[in-house]
Parts: sequence; structure tokens; C-alpha cells
Amino acid sequence: MNHNLYFDITHMLAGSMLLVSFVLLYQDRMFSLLNVYTVHALVLAAAAAWQGFVQQAPHLYATAVIALVFKAIAIPLTLRWLIVKLAIHREIEKVVGSGISVIAGFFLTALSITVMMKASGGTDPMTREDLSFALAVVLIGLLMMAGRRNAISQVVGFMSMENGLILAAVGAKGMPLVVEISVAFSVLVALIVIGIFLFRIRERFDVVDIRGLEKSGGER
Amino acid sequence: MNEYLLKGLLFIFIFYISFVVLAKNNFRFIYWLSVCYSGFGLLCSLSFLLSGQSSQSISFPLGLPTTGAHFKIDALASFFLLIVNLGSFVSSFYGIGYGSHTSEQSRTLPFYIIFLGSMNMVLLAADAFSFLFFWELMSLSSWALVMSSHQHKETAEAGFIYILMASLGTFALLFALSLIAAPSKSYCFDQMGKVSMDGKLASLIFLLALLGAGSKAGLIPLHVWLPKAHPAAPSHVSALMSGVMTKVAVYGFIRIVFELLPSQEKWWSILILIIAGISTVVGVLYALMQHDIKRLLAYHTIENIGIVFIGIGLSMAFKIYGMTAASALAMTAALFHALNHSIFKNLLFLGSGAIQSATDQRDMEKLGGLILNMPHTAFTFLIGSVAISALPPLNGFVSEWLLMQSILQSPQLPSWGMKFLVPSVGAFLALSAALAASCFIKVYGITFLGRPRSMQSTVASETDRWSVLAMYALAFLCIIFGIFPRLVIHLLGPVVRAIAATHYFPLSAKSFFMPLSLVVDQNAYNGFVLVLLLGIFLFFILISVKWLSSNQFRRTPIWDCGYPEKSPDCQYTANSFAQPIRKVFGPFLFATKEKVVCSEPWYPKAAKMIVKLHDQIWEYLYKPVAMAIDRISEKINFLQFLTVRRYLVLVFLTLVCLLGCLAFLL
Repeated sequence: MNHNLYFDITHMLAGSMLLVSFVLLYQDRMFSLLNVYTVHALVLAAAAAWQGFVQQAPHLYATAVIALVFKAIAIPLTLRWLIVKLAIHREIEKVVGSGISVIAGFFLTALSITVMMKASGGTDPMTREDLSFALAVVLIGLLMMAGRRNAISQVVGFMSMENGLILAAVGAKGMPLVVEISVAFSVLVALIVIGIFLFRIRERFDVVDIRGLEKSGGER
Repeated sequence: MNEYLLKGLLFIFIFYISFVVLAKNNFRFIYWLSVCYSGFGLLCSLSFLLSGQSSQSISFPLGLPTTGAHFKIDALASFFLLIVNLGSFVSSFYGIGYGSHTSEQSRTLPFYIIFLGSMNMVLLAADAFSFLFFWELMSLSSWALVMSSHQHKETAEAGFIYILMASLGTFALLFALSLIAAPSKSYCFDQMGKVSMDGKLASLIFLLALLGAGSKAGLIPLHVWLPKAHPAAPSHVSALMSGVMTKVAVYGFIRIVFELLPSQEKWWSILILIIAGISTVVGVLYALMQHDIKRLLAYHTIENIGIVFIGIGLSMAFKIYGMTAASALAMTAALFHALNHSIFKNLLFLGSGAIQSATDQRDMEKLGGLILNMPHTAFTFLIGSVAISALPPLNGFVSEWLLMQSILQSPQLPSWGMKFLVPSVGAFLALSAALAASCFIKVYGITFLGRPRSMQSTVASETDRWSVLAMYALAFLCIIFGIFPRLVIHLLGPVVRAIAATHYFPLSAKSFFMPLSLVVDQNAYNGFVLVLLLGIFLFFILISVKWLSSNQFRRTPIWDCGYPEKSPDCQYTANSFAQPIRKVFGPFLFATKEKVVCSEPWYPKAAKMIVKLHDQIWEYLYKPVAMAIDRISEKINFLQFLTVRRYLVLVFLTLVCLLGCLAFLL
């Protein structure tokens, strides 16, 4: 295959990941949010596998499998179970409206492309675009965490941010597998911690809105 | 052979430091160990100075991964080792006796060991990392020593200000050293500064070094911590902090500015001279206003450090204008004064410690008449007072005389500004010597003479024999170095040669009885002849008084103008002694407010006079900064109580802002 096609497919996968991030930002129902997150993880798995093929690095296939099993299957199922078990309100409460957050997302994408294009001057265009898309995904994930009140959607924001990091990692050549595996496990640990945390909040305040936490204010 | 010396020093340092664990309450053991340790350091430095060899270095694979730890002994380091170990030798000796007067030994002992060890290691360190490491260790251990009596409110405040200023100083030195290290790409002192440097960068490094070393040494206006922190520690530690630690700062300054920087600029010496000149006079004026004996001594440290820095500034100025002989003379004077100050300041602090442990008082207005109860302390304190007042034939006079001689060289300077500046600094020096003399007349007269002003000083008894021995040793050195100054100047030869490219007094003239003079047949000072003449005069006066006076005498009460003193409060007080000088300098320097409170004539009561002194530097330089920090932190205090989501927003906005900056800058 010629080089152009490689480039285009890489570009498409990274771009579609960014697109799915925007879709994540627009959701206002829990379950649809989780579905979109599954798509996000699937695209990540595809991107990782494709990079493994392009760079001829077999360990990237392992990354793809981790993304597929953990992020596309295990995490959404767990979160879904949590929502049902805790009978969480199915609607996402937003601080910033969908429209405004999508516009903010545009600006973030523009910012990350500007920064990354300037910062990674000498490297090959494939890595540069990959990195700038990945940074945009990370920033949008952070925006989602900052702009949502509900704990579950914050978890999803966090997970999508982490997906962006993995996207950057698979694009850059020479990332060891150990790092990716440990990142994946840390995300799992985070999921468990957050799950327990949600149960505790629920026990205490009867809601999973973090405003409950804010009111109590912890032990000052 | 010197390699073994250096290795031995380092090895014994580790051995010594390891006793921190054992330093529980067995203070005698620890102080004896410290005596041995500093005695060994003293011998090492002396043998190195006398052998006249060049430097010897050694390195270990410790510290920074790529650099390692380097240690070096050279002439400059070994002279300051002499100062440090002489001071710590005597102070540890004093501690053997003094320890039994204080409680809670375990609060001071471990830090005392670390303090002593780290001061030695700062001098031996030959790379930036070890230098800063041991410098900070020195600051922190001395802070812990200051805080050993933390239950007093003043001590807590002193400790807080001290640690702030010490951190500021280390911070400045960190910057200075890394700026020097950057162009030469090495942290090792041997390679640093060998590269030519931009003048502006060098000036920045100089200013940082002055800030870092000057704040530790106590130059005005960086002195604020010193008069608070030094008196708060136990007396032998105060002696070390005032007499020795400030010299380590002087060493750091000389090392950075004269050795690590390739060249010096003219305005540096002008700046040093101005700051040092102000420090001498203002330091001694502050001291005159003080009636707390230890705090007064701490203020005198500011004055003496000013004198040392005058010498350093002069040496730099002469060096820049190519007058190497004059430069060597000024540096000799500065280093000599550093040694002298460490001796007599140690002596005076040990004396004040003896007074404090005997009477439980530091306020001079509560003392008096101690000469009867504490004759040994009184005698040695008198020697120290005469030495610090720069009176011949003691050592303080010699170094200030040498400094005056180098000031007299200033008309040969080509720059007109310097021609005016240097003599005016000389006038400051002369003024400070006179004021110091009057200050110590006050200290001695009020503390040791007259009648006791409190119960405690009536019943005071002489301190233990260890302490007395330590004080006598220092007094002896004061006299010896005053009479035979060539002993020290001989030792200083290689040190000054390393800094100023030449040394002043040729080593061939090894006769210690020779006078000190600049040119033959001109302005010579010979301590030995002076003492001889004084002795002969005294002898004749005694003989003639004995011979001429009648030997019939009767005992009668002293004539007291017809009004017998009812209470010791009628005596002259320290406050009233300082009053004329306060009248002259007070309104300008201290913004004095005097208020006389008289009762109404129909209801007679004792009148009161209230004097309020304000530290102008504190009010106008430090207070605004402190208040600004207070106000800002109050404004941003709400950040402590945000919600989780708000924190996320903050993180997010910071990240976006930084990325935005990056997008603009790249």
C-alpha cells in the first residue's frame, strides 16, 4: 500500500475519535452517553490496531485488545450496572449547555492544533496530526468533567480523557507496552474506587449528584 | 600528606555526625567529642596553612548523579576552617560546664553536632550541590538550635523570621551558583567560572551572592533576623552563630565573587563599601540602644561584619584598579578582622552566658556589681570589651588599624568617586569604633561595676571552671594576636596571595617582633613595644604612687555629695548612658518618641518617661512586604474552600491558558 493511504486511514481514525468526543459532549441521557463512550473506545481500539499494523509493532495489538476488552466492554457494562443498581437519575445535569460546550470544544480543538503544529515542528506529519487530535480529545474530556454535575458523566469524561492519552501514546513510536498496561490497570483501579465512592455518596445523601458532597463539605 | 588530612577530615566528619543518635542526654560526652572533632579540624587547618601547599581535592560518587561530591582544601578554606574550629573548640569546651546549667539537653545536642559538622563541610565543599546542601544543613540545624527554647513567644517569632531569611539566602545562592554553572556546564568549583562571562550576568550573580551571603552574615538591610535569632539560642550556640557562622557566610561571598566569577566590576565595590559602611555605624547605634546584653552583642556582630566587608570592598576596588599591594593589605585586614571578631565575640557571648546562668538575667538594668561576685568573668569580659572597642594593644585594634592604613591608600585611586567614597567610609569606620567603645563602657560599667540592681545579681556566684577556662583561652588569644599580629599575618599569606594575587607582608620577615608598617619609617604599629612601654609606665606609676603617697590611711564612707543613695536604682542606668547618643541619632534612625508622664500636682505620683524606638528598616522595608503577602493570601484564601467541580474548572482553565501562551510564544 502506498504511504498516502496509511496517512489517510490514521488521520480518519484519529479524526473520528475527536468527532466521537464531540458527540459525547452533546449527550444528555446516561445510557446514550455510555453507548457513545463504547464507540469512543472501539475507535480507539481500531486506531491502536491500525498503528500496530503501520508501525509493525505487535505490542500495539495488545493495546488494542486492552482497549476493546476493558474500555469498550467492561467499563460501560459496570457503569450501566451502577446506574441501574443505584437508580440514578437518567438525565445529565449540565452546568454549561450542550451548544456552548460544543462551541468551546471547537476552540479547544483549534487551540490544540495550533499548539501541537507549532510544538512538533520537525516530526513527520502523521505523528503531528495524531498528537494534535489526541490533545483535543484530552481537553474535551476535561471540559466534560468540568461542565457536568453528575458523577457518572464525570467518570465518563475522565475515561475519554484517558482514551486521548492512549491515542497520543500509540501514535508516538516507541511507547513500551508496560506503560500502556499499567495505564489501563490504573484506569480500572480508578473505576473501582469511583464505584465504591458512588455507593458511599449514595448511602449518605441518597443522590449521586456531587452537589451533595459540596453541601457537606467534608471535614473542615 | 594533605590528601590524608582531607580524607581524615571527611571520615571523622561522618564518624562525628553519627553520634547524633547517641546524643540523648549525655552532654558531657558529646561536648568532649566536639572538642576533639574541632581540635582535629584546627590542627588540620593549621598544618595546611603552615605547609604552604596548594589545594588538595577529593571526590566521591555521592550527591548529584553526574557530578558526584567534591571536596577540596585550599588556603582560603583552611583559614576559615581555622576560624570555625577555633570557635567551636572553645564553645564546646564551654558547653561541658554550661550544659549543667541548662535543661532539656536533648533539644540542643543533636543539632549542635550537625551544626558544627555542616559548617566545616560548607568550607570543604568544592561543588555547587554539596556547598548548598551543607549550607542549608547549617541553616536548618542553627534554626533548630534557636528554637530550642521555643516556649518563649519571642523565640518562636525569631525562629520564623530566621528561617524565612535563611531560605531567601539559600534561594539567592542557588540562583547565583546555577547561573555560574550554566556557561561552564559543570557544578564543580574547579571548572566553574573559567569561562568568560557577560558583564550583566556577572553583575546579577554578584547581587545574588551579596543577597545570599549578606543575609546570612547580617549586612544591613538584611540583618533583621540576626538580633532576634542569635540571642535566642543557648549562649555557646549564640557565640557560634555570631562569631563563626557569619564568617562562613563571608567565606561563601569571597569564594563566589573572587574565585568563581572571572572578573569584578567597579560598581560592585562601591555597593559593598556603601552597604558595609552603613552596617558598621547603624549596627553599633542599634547596639547602643539595646539593654539586653545578648541582643546588644548580636547588633555588634552587624557592625563587625560591616568592617569585614569594608575590607573586602576595598580589596576589590584596589584589585580592579591594579593596586595589588593595597588590595592584599585590605584583604589581610578583612580576614584578620574576621578571625578577631570570631575570637572576641565568642568570648563576650560566653561571658554573657556565664552572667545569664549566674543571675538568670539578660537585661543590663537588672545587673550590676558583678565584678565582686564573678571576678574571672569580669576580667575576661573586660579583655573582650577592650578588644571589640579596637583599643591597643589588643587584636581588634590591629585589624582596624590595617584597614585604616588601606583606606589611607585611597588617594592613589584614579577614580574621583572612589577618592571621595573611601575616606568617607573610613570616617564611618572611625565613628563606629568610637561608638563601640562607648557602647562597651556602658555594658561593662552597668553590668560589672556599681551596685547590684537586683537580688539575683547580689547573690550571683562565679561560673564553673570549664567555662572560665574557655573564656581565659579566648582572652589570651585576644592579647597574643594583638601583641604579635605577625603570627596571624604569616598564616594569612597564602590565603591573600590566592585572592589578591600578592600578599602584603613578605614571608621572609618572619620575626614576630617586627612592627607592622606600610613603608619603612612610616606609620608603624608594634604591639610588643607598645605593651613593653605600657608595662614600664605602669610600673613607674605604681612605684611613684606608692612612694609619693603617704602610707597613713583611714577608712571612711565614700563621699556622696551629702545625699546617701537609698536604692541602687539611683545609679546611672544603661538607658541614661545611651541617652545623649539617642538624642543625636534617634530622630533620624529610630524615629524616637519620648514622652514624659507627670502626675497632676495635687495628686503626687512618680513621674514616668516613656521612650519608644522604631526600627525604620523593619517598618519601611519588611513590614510592607509582610502586609502585602498577608493581604494577598487573605484575598485568595477562598480557594481553599471550593467545590470539586470548581477545582476541575480551575485546572481546566489553567491548562487552556498555558496552552494559549504556548501557542503565542512558539
